[in-house]
Order: sequence, then structure tokens, then C-alpha cells
Amino acid sequence: MSYVSTAMKPKPTLGGPGTDQRKKSRAAAWARRAPLLPALIFVIITTQLPFAVTLVISFFNWNSLRPNDRGFAGLSNYIQVFADPGLRHAVWVTILLTASVVLISLVTGLLIALLLNQKFFGRGLVRTLLIAPFLVVPVAAALIWKHAILNPVYGLINGILTGIWELFGSQNPPQMDLLTDQPLAAIIASLVWQWTPFMMLILLAGLQSRPADAIEAAQMDGANAWHVFRYITLPHLRQYLELGGLLGAIYIVQNFDAVFTLTSGGLGTSNLPYAVYKTFYIANEYGVASAAGVVTVAGSLIVATFALRTVFSIFKKEAAR
Amino acid sequence: MQPKTRFTAVAASVITLSVSLTGCAGAGGGPAQGGKDSINVLMVNNPQMLDLQKLTAEHFTKETGITVNFTVMPENDVRAKITQEFSWQSGQYDVASLSNYEIPFFAENGWLAPLDESVAGRADFDQDDILPAYTESLTGTDGHLYGEPFYGESSLTIYRKDLFEKHGLKMPDNPTWDEVAELAEKIDEGEPDMKGICLRGQPGWGQVFSPLTSVVNTFGGTWFDKDWNAQVNSPEFTQAVTFYTDLLREHGEAGAAQAGFAECLNNMVQSNTAMWYDASSAGSILEADDSPVKGKLGYAQAPVKETEHAGWLWTWSWGVQAASEKQDAASEFVAWASSKEYENLVADELGWASVPAGKRSSTYEQPEYQKAAPFFDAEREAILNADPKNPGVQERPYVGIQFAGIPEFADLGTFVSEDVSAVIAGKTSVEKALDKGQKRAERIAATYRD
Amino acid sequence: MSVATKQLRLSPKRRLKNSGRRNPLVGLIAWITALLFVSPVLWMMITSFHSEADAATNPPSFFAPLTLDAYAQFFGAASGANPWPPLINSAMASVFSTILVLLLAMPAAYALSIKPIKKWTDVLFFLLSTKMLPIVAAALPLYIFANFSGMLDNIWFLIIMYTSMNLPIAVWMMRSFLAEVPVEMLEAAQLDGAGLIRTLSQVVAPVATPGIAATGLICFIFSWNELLLARVLTGVVSGTAPVFLTGFVSSQGLFLAQLCAASVVVSLPVLIAGFAAQDKLVQGLSLGAVK
Repeated sequence: MSYVSTAMKPKPTLGGPGTDQRKKSRAAAWARRAPLLPALIFVIITTQLPFAVTLVISFFNWNSLRPNDRGFAGLSNYIQVFADPGLRHAVWVTILLTASVVLISLVTGLLIALLLNQKFFGRGLVRTLLIAPFLVVPVAAALIWKHAILNPVYGLINGILTGIWELFGSQNPPQMDLLTDQPLAAIIASLVWQWTPFMMLILLAGLQSRPADAIEAAQMDGANAWHVFRYITLPHLRQYLELGGLLGAIYIVQNFDAVFTLTSGGLGTSNLPYAVYKTFYIANEYGVASAAGVVTVAGSLIVATFALRTVFSIFKKEAAR
Repeated sequence: MQPKTRFTAVAASVITLSVSLTGCAGAGGGPAQGGKDSINVLMVNNPQMLDLQKLTAEHFTKETGITVNFTVMPENDVRAKITQEFSWQSGQYDVASLSNYEIPFFAENGWLAPLDESVAGRADFDQDDILPAYTESLTGTDGHLYGEPFYGESSLTIYRKDLFEKHGLKMPDNPTWDEVAELAEKIDEGEPDMKGICLRGQPGWGQVFSPLTSVVNTFGGTWFDKDWNAQVNSPEFTQAVTFYTDLLREHGEAGAAQAGFAECLNNMVQSNTAMWYDASSAGSILEADDSPVKGKLGYAQAPVKETEHAGWLWTWSWGVQAASEKQDAASEFVAWASSKEYENLVADELGWASVPAGKRSSTYEQPEYQKAAPFFDAEREAILNADPKNPGVQERPYVGIQFAGIPEFADLGTFVSEDVSAVIAGKTSVEKALDKGQKRAERIAATYRD
Repeated sequence: MSVATKQLRLSPKRRLKNSGRRNPLVGLIAWITALLFVSPVLWMMITSFHSEADAATNPPSFFAPLTLDAYAQFFGAASGANPWPPLINSAMASVFSTILVLLLAMPAAYALSIKPIKKWTDVLFFLLSTKMLPIVAAALPLYIFANFSGMLDNIWFLIIMYTSMNLPIAVWMMRSFLAEVPVEMLEAAQLDGAGLIRTLSQVVAPVATPGIAATGLICFIFSWNELLLARVLTGVVSGTAPVFLTGFVSSQGLFLAQLCAASVVVSLPVLIAGFAAQDKLVQGLSLGAVK
């Protein structure tokens, strides 16, 4: 919030006589800011106020099932949060989950986008088919993955394995149980499946807006396809990769549906949102859960500050126009 | 200032701040309370509830003029929502489906309206017909009745009669766990396409720990001893968990670590497993008309080791929110949904197998029900033998068979269950899992010792 | 704003010719990838037309007889519950929040890109940082507020929350689109004495339409998909389609075909909108560079 206050603070004025010029520039500055204010105020009210309440609750001892034992707890909720090995593990799971889903779906999305940027039979239809996973409601997708795809008994994957093996007369097809053996990989797979199309769309848009003459010039200079990709396409795609990566990271850090539905947080797959959910709604420890929420926010902000400002070109530059 | 007052003061000021800042307090209209003759019901989406939802408008509303708006959710979600709604006493929901786990401490917190007069006292309701174990479980410490069962269940050993005959095996009416393990092994050998037994392995206090706690009881274990000492890594508890997870790993269903009630049900219906130890209410789905295994199943008591009986006791019941402004309409609905009349209605409309049974002794006397529900005798016996106050070999400071009836158990059970599930998946050892659980349990126990 | 844009400024906006001839190998690989990705969706659709007994078999019964049973169950036969009110609620929540988002985000993006105020990256950063607040932790304060202000189970409260959820992303995306509006056009509008609203609606909007459409579609999808807040804040009247979906899928009983049917119905509006608008989406996401 400190950013806002510096950004929004009106210039100091002394209010003395002869400040006509200054008044004018002040008015102009406000005219520039005015269009921003409705959105900014809206966001501040709807996000910072609930956060303030969370902050307050985090200092209280409050289990909703014991309404009579409520009281000020000082820092004890925070001590409990930091002492909980489950939460520490959840931090690690969250990082692993977010990083692998974003990276894998960016790379896969890029490869598919490069394919779709070529001409071939039925390209439009292929693109339509490819974006379908992004358009399935996430909780439905998670349910379908758990029950219809990955279920070890009647899921599609094992079903197809059985079918193929039976075709060759074998009665002992290999059967996978991804949800038990590699539960985190199962969650990652289902999320990559949903997010790859989104990354693909963004990167396809990037590919299609490449400057034509730069490429043609390079080709005339005898650059091969790899060089064109490495020195023209990739730098051009940078902001698109950033857009995809950032949007993906924001939503996957918060992912709850997939973890909740696929593994109920079991087998070491509990991420931070699920851990906070569990503390809120299974343990009913409102105080501890709020403290965990506050710590999560603080952690994300620290990570985001460093990550966004060092990695993302958009935050490195001040206004260019 | 007292801590509590200070808390309220701070919370109130923050809220007032938010209200005044957004300036939209009261502008959007209140929650839809519906008309005067309309109540809101929040319930779990089990098949028995969905039948109720289907039949209410045509029958209850027609007879009484009371409209009922249902919100149905899966078990985990509905628990979270009910706790939130009832703890704030927002009055948004008049009636909710609660179990014998929650009702005692919900009542203790003053969140529920007593039903002694409004429902149990009705002449045609016949409270004495309700199995006494439920009435006892749903009565608060103040002696008032706070819930009426919609359906009840114990746990049974369900097995494939046809396959047992084929292989010359016999399931005793009161099997021991050793016998069940042996039978599982034999079926596993005899039927290459099938696994011996299906047991829940999915994390959750209401998933893996429902059957598992009943195993712990009969192996001589308990969550807490009578002086509030945690017993999670005691030899008996460890032995029970070792037995359960070994049995699952050797002869259990595929994907056991993520299998809950629904997965096991499917395994039975699809003939993937030959035995199943779970809720007796599964019988009504297994014996439904469209079930491929209808008529092929036998029902025995819950397997035992040290105790005489091991079946659990569970009931989904109706609780009325204390803050509800429609107490009359709400109790009218509860009285109808838990009545004999409603059971007969379901029998007429959907068949006797679908009746939400297991709560009234009169239901077990109905010849049609006996015919449609071949498990009726085993279920009745199991429920009558269930003793929530003394289900193990030792005295306990809490009530409950497949759960410990304290608010903290949901968290504790879920916490330990995640590691038990990991044991089933072969990712950790029983000792490690239970040592971790013991620490958490001890922390809770300490708060009760003081 | 960036290298790419500057290069574009120099070159006439022209679409890059795709590398000439059709390549059968590329086509084959693309088709295989597409089928792999779409197979779960196809399987969901096929299963939704099967009976419950045929839905859960191993090996799968691809060619089992088709039936509309599961859909009939979804539209009321199973429980008498009517899925239309939740679907309409979802449509309302998504459409109105998207409109609100666009109305608020356009001027904000204008202030941040066309005539950037000082420290605009800080504002942008602040907006994005609000997305780091875990919704799970915010749910309780929001419930408390809704309960005290009588906004529980009110679809408008959900609309406000969805607006807040999508606004930062929308501002962020639109900022890049609006940056593509030629400065000359804005100066000309200013000389004509056009105010903010006229500039936005008559100069900026027409040029940035694909970008606005892309932003709108993405906001629509995210609102439609939201489950956690909807579950906490709604009740009997304002429940949304995803909440209805999870409630409909009973965990006790045979449910695979019903689950698939319900998933198809609930996803259908998004699928249709997404398929219809995919060209706009690609155009819009290309940050205004392709017209």
C-alpha cells in the first residue's frame, strides 16, 4: 500500500500567492490521475479491508466451535504457524506446483504455438480442439480427472491400457495408479493440461505479431531458422512469455480446486491455500488460519517484489511515453 | 477490558469501518429469507437427501403450504458451511443436516433449538419408535433433544455370497479380523480379476478413520484414555493401523490410498472386490434395482478382535438453527422428514430399498422392507449393539465409536489420516505416522487435562 | 513501450507470411497433440451420453448405447433441483462483473498508459499484489461483512467481489492494449475539446476493441469458474453453477455419467464463448499489434 501513498500523494504546495502556474499543473496532474481513481479505490476497499480484518483476527485466539474461549492471543498464532512443519511443507509444495505448472505449460504452449503457426490441413479445427481444456470449468476438470481419467479401476488411462493389451491377447495389462504413486505429478498434469492452451493462445498471438520485415531481412542475410527463432522470435516473445507466466503464476499459486478434489491434500500434496482452508474450515481455528493467511500474503509480496522487478521487463522501465 | 469484550470491540470497529467506507450497507437488500411460509435447508448430497429434495414440493409443500429451499453440497463442503452459518447464527438456514458427531457440541454452544416439544412431543411422531441409541446421542448435556435422525447406520462386512459359495468359503455371522484377512487372501488367489477386500484409504477423519477407528477400538486401542492422555502411538493403536494398512496393501483395492466410500461402492458394483467393510446404508444402493450385484451379497457383523462388537453408529439428523425466525415451519419440516409417513411415501414412490431407514424400529418390522433390504437383520443387530459411550476395552473421556466426540477431532483425525493414507501408498511407516499424530493429539489432550 | 512495439512503429503493420508450403509432418504432429489434449473433453462428452453402468468399465465401453439419462437427471429428474437458477446466477455474476471490470479498467488503463501518471509501475504493482491475497483467507472477513450488512446470499455482493478479483488483471492487460493507440489520434481529440469519456468511447475503444474483447472474455471465464467465494457467500437464492455442480455430484452412489453430463452443461457457456471468440482472443492478446 505504501506504493499507492507515494504515487497518489499530491505535490506539496505552499499555498502562497502567485501559484497560478502551480495550480494549473496541479489540476493537470489530478486530471491525469482521476481516471485511475475509481478502479484504485474500488480495489483498495474490496481487498485491503478484508485483509485488515484478517490481520486483526490473526492476533486473536478464536476457534469457531468454542465461542466462549475467545480472546486476545498476541503472537501465539504466528508462533504456531511458524512451528508447524505441515505449513512449511505446504510452502514448498506451493512453490514446486506453481513453478512446474507454469514452466511446463509455457514450454508446451510455445511448442504448440510454433506448430500452429505453420500451415497444415485443418489448422483452425486443431486450434479449436486445443483450447478446449482451458474452457472446462476447473472444478469439473478436477472431478473428471480424478474419476474419469486417473481412477485406477475404471479411469480412461488404465482402461485404454487394458484395451490395448487385450487386443494382443494379454490378460495382465500394466495398470497405473498415478494418484497414489505420484500424486503431485497427477495434480501438475491436470493443471498443465488446463493451462497449456492459455499459454499457447498468448504465444500464438505473439508469434503472429512478429515484425515481418525483420525476419525477411534476416532470412535474406542467410540466417537459419534457429537463428531467426533465437534472435528475433524469442526476444519478441519475451513480453508474451511474461504475460503468460505472470497470469499463470497468480492463478496457480492460489489453486485450491485441484488439490482439494484430486488428493484432498493427502500424500504430501497440501499446498498453502489448502492448508489455510483446512485450518479455517476443518480445524475451525480462525485465529491460526488468519495468521497463516497473513504470513502467506507477506511471503508472496516479498517473492513478488523481487521476482517481478528483476525478471519482468515491464516493471523495470518507467514510463516510456 | 475482558479479552472477549476487547475482541468484540475491535471486530465491531473494523466491521463498522468497512461498512461505512463502502457505503453500501443495507443498500443491497438482505438475504433472501423467502416468504413467511418458506424455509431454507442446508444438507449433504447423499442419495437419501436427494430423494427428499425430489419429494418435498409435491408432498410436504402441498400439504402444509410451506416452501422448502434446499442447498445441497458434498460432505466436506457442507460441514464447513454449516459450521460457519451456525456459528454466526445468521439465520440464513433454518434447518441443516448434522450428524451425531456435531450435534452435542453445537447444542453446547447454543446454536440449536431444542426439539423435545416441537418435534418429539407431537402425537403422531412417536419418538419412542426412534432407536434409543440415537435419541441418546442427539441429546445435549442439558437433557434436551437437539436432533432428529433422518437415517442411521452401523457398519457391516459386506461380501459376495456367490463367490464365497463358488470357492467353498464361509463367512461367519460375527467374523474376527483374522478370519476376514484369511478370506480376503483366499478370494484374492481364487479370483484373479478381483481383489479380496475394499476398505477406505482416503484422507479425512470421516473417510479412512471411520472404519479404522472402529478397528482400533476392537484391537484395544483408543484416541485418549480416561485421564486425557493421548494414545495414538500406543501398541494397540499401532497394531490396529499396521493390520489395516497391511491388509489393504496385500489384498485391498487398486488405488486404496485415494479410495473413499464412493470408490469402494463402485468396486463392489463393478465386481472388482469381493468384500467390503463399510456403512450398512451402502446396502440400499447395492440392492437397488439397477445394481448388477443385487441379490448376490451377504451381510455379516463388523469384524472384531478384542471386543464383542465393533460396528459404528452414525446418523444424519436434522438440527434447527436457534436463530431461525421460522421455528414452527422448520420443526414441521423436521417432523415430516423423520416420520414414518415419509418412509412410507418413499416406499410408494421409489421402492422400499430407497427408504431412509436405520432409525425406527418399526421400519425393521415391515415385511416389504425386510424383503427389499436383505441386510435389515444384520443392520438392526449392529445398531442395537453399538455403544458410543463404551465401544472399546477401556473407559474413555469422550463419546463416539468411529470418532472421538470433541470439536478438535475433525482436525486431529484429518491430520493423522493423511499420514495413514501415505502408509497405504507405501510412502511412510506406521510408526512415523502415529508418532506425528501422537504429538498433535497430546497437544489437544493437554487442553482437556487442565 | 517495448522493442517489439518500436519495431512495429517502423514497419507497416503487416502479418508475417506463414512459411509457405503445407508441411504434412507438422500437420500430423499437430493433429496428434490436439487429439491428446482434447481426449479428456471428448471422453467427458461420450461418457455423459452413457448409462452409469457403461460409464465405469475397464476397458472403457466407447461404443455403449447412447442415452440422455444423465442429462435428464441433471435437469431435475435426480433430485427435483432446477439447475436453471444457478446457471442464470452464474451468467449474471459473470456478465455484470465483466461489464463493471471493463468500465473501471478502461479509464484506469488509460491513465496508466496513454498519459502515464508518475510511478505508474508502482500502481500496477500494487494492483497485481492484491492478487497475492489468498482468497481462502479473505473468505471469512467477507462472510462477516456480508452477514452484518445483510448482503449474504446476494448475487450483487458476489458481482462486486468478482469485479475486484478480475480488475487488477484487466487493468494490467488493457494497459498494454491501450498503449497501442496512436498518440496523434489522442492529440487530435484533445484539440477538438473531447473530454475523458468521449476520448475513451470514441477514440480509444474502437482502436482497442480486440484487446477489450480479449480482456472481457478472460474476465468472464474466471468469474464463471469461481467456486470458493461463491460457496461461502451464496445460499439458496444466489448459488452459482459450479456450486450446483459440486452439490449435484453425489459422493455416494454411481455418478460418473451424471458428473460428466453436469460438467458438460456447466462448461458449455464458456466453451461456446471461447470457441466463438478464439480469433478475437488471439488478436486481442497480441497486444494490439495485429489489426
